[in-house]
Amino acid sequence: MSERIPLLEVQSISKYFGTVIALKDISMKVHAGEVMCLLGDNGAGKSTLIKVLSGVHPPSEGRYLVEGKEVNFTSPRDALNAGIATVYQDLAMIPLLIIARNFFLGSEPTKGWGPFRRFDVKLADQVTQEEMRKMGIRLRDTTQPVGTLSGGERQSVAIARAVYFGAKVLILDEPTAALGVKEAGVVLRYIAQARARGLGVIFITHNPHHAYPIGDYFTLLNRGSSYGTFSKTEISREELVAMMAGGEELEELSHELAEFARTDTVAGKQLSEAAQEFEAEVQELHIEHQHHTE
Amino acid sequence: MSTIQKTTPAPTPDERVARANPLRQFLVRPEMGAIAGAIAVWIFFAVVAGNNGFLTLRGTSSYLNVAADIGIVAVAVALLMIGGEFDLSIGSITGATGMIIAVLSTQFGWNIWASIAVAILFALLVGFINAYLVMRTNLPSFIVTLGSLYILRGLTIGVTTIITGRTQIGGLDAAPGFQSALTIFASNIQIGGANFSIELIWWLAIAALATWVLLRTRFGNWIFGVGGDVQAARNVGVPVRNVKIALFMTTALAACLIAIIQVLNLASTDALRGTGNEFIAIVAVVVGGTLLTGGYGSAIGSVFGALIYGMVNVGVIFAGVDANWYQVFLGLMLLAAVFLNGYVRKRAMEARR
Repeated sequence: MSERIPLLEVQSISKYFGTVIALKDISMKVHAGEVMCLLGDNGAGKSTLIKVLSGVHPPSEGRYLVEGKEVNFTSPRDALNAGIATVYQDLAMIPLLIIARNFFLGSEPTKGWGPFRRFDVKLADQVTQEEMRKMGIRLRDTTQPVGTLSGGERQSVAIARAVYFGAKVLILDEPTAALGVKEAGVVLRYIAQARARGLGVIFITHNPHHAYPIGDYFTLLNRGSSYGTFSKTEISREELVAMMAGGEELEELSHELAEFARTDTVAGKQLSEAAQEFEAEVQELHIEHQHHTE
Repeated sequence: MSTIQKTTPAPTPDERVARANPLRQFLVRPEMGAIAGAIAVWIFFAVVAGNNGFLTLRGTSSYLNVAADIGIVAVAVALLMIGGEFDLSIGSITGATGMIIAVLSTQFGWNIWASIAVAILFALLVGFINAYLVMRTNLPSFIVTLGSLYILRGLTIGVTTIITGRTQIGGLDAAPGFQSALTIFASNIQIGGANFSIELIWWLAIAALATWVLLRTRFGNWIFGVGGDVQAARNVGVPVRNVKIALFMTTALAACLIAIIQVLNLASTDALRGTGNEFIAIVAVVVGGTLLTGGYGSAIGSVFGALIYGMVNVGVIFAGVDANWYQVFLGLMLLAAVFLNGYVRKRAMEARR
């Protein structure tokens, strides 16, 4: 485990804005095929850390390594070129534009030459269908505007796009925040799907109940510093929730937490059922695909 | 594909596919309202003014020629508005560039083609400055170009008066190169005794080119992107600034083309030429189904929007009504179109249910 080079690693990263210490001495890493959950309440420094990781802000101190090599990103483009793709809450999608056009916005495939070089609409459509199918969604119609998709579906388009354009590490900024329980389950399923395809996923959330079922590791942020990183075997869901809530308030919250935990087992069970069903589906598809190509 | 559908049990396609009613899909295309509107307006005037010559070739050519004057600019404005911006300086650009051609050719004896080249460069410069100010200040283009509307119009009148002592200049037909320029920009094609201006060919060619750019090039996709959500477009690497600069320059160029056509057609110009065109062009574009908020619309729609304008403008005269009444029609058309567009967009964005 330890000799594997992480896809992405930060060592003792700090970020100051003037006199404000936004991040202090944060270390974390993510390997291929792992989901690292970054948890923290509002103001914990999650957003700042994402911005450092995605190249928006350079860190004030500390080292940032991609596949073992130190990097100094000066723009989100740099990060993207290094395979670090960030799917923001607002998704970077145009609601009135159809799915295939959104999928390729800014990176449109072309055919022809010179003044006749044109947007290969057909290829864009096919690739979108195909990539979405790999994520386990069959689109009804790639010519529908993205605005007609549900929140979870939009997230999946954004994730599929990042993966298609060569992301090795996927940073997901609160992808489940604005979603209902069922929709959130759908997105968690895509995260599992991305992990199964060998990506490193950094999943940012303030909801431990979304993080726990999917995460392999959990890094907790609080007021700009890290409580540390825990593997799933080291920490229980209850402990995770407790750490998020903060020790001293624990007593008052214990009742609520018990309630959370109860609803959670139900949701968790549903989720794992859904995951199993999905796995079987993928298996079938795989067999079918092989059959098809022969 | 069919085998995959068979072996994939989970998301049942039926309930979802059933929603995609082909008629509805057809109706939510941005230009559909304008096409239906154009047919309705044509039928209206065919009934009301059919006996007075609206249906004759001569009648048809007269409203087509009027429509083309607005239509050429409207195509460019459609692209600009899909890209999320306005340009209110169009009419002033038409006035200024027309005057540049007239002054250079009549007062300084320039060849018409040389004057046209200078006018085009001037228009491109104005378009660039408009775009630069909008991008630099982050002010709404509505305000920025409202400023250039007045500055440019004032300059045109002022400078022309200083040089010539008048605000109207005639006698361009004596300038060298006039005949060849006239043939290309403003000749007439006689069909059955009616004069169809060559401007119509310019109009349709530009509309076809704009449609191709919009739907079949990367740049077209970027136009939709920057108009739909600037920040999102920027995040995925669309060169927002360049797209907008190109759009403003295109619009200015179209306004200049109108000036060239009109100056040659009349062999004269007026410092006030083009006044109000900016609003009529916006009406044509909005009637054509383009959203005021950007990100959605079509170039073809603007063609039908301009056609409606032409038919109303000329049809009112054929119907024997005082010509000033056309503005009432125009205003009503605009309001109807805005309501219709709002409805269409709502349908287009409707989540499945």
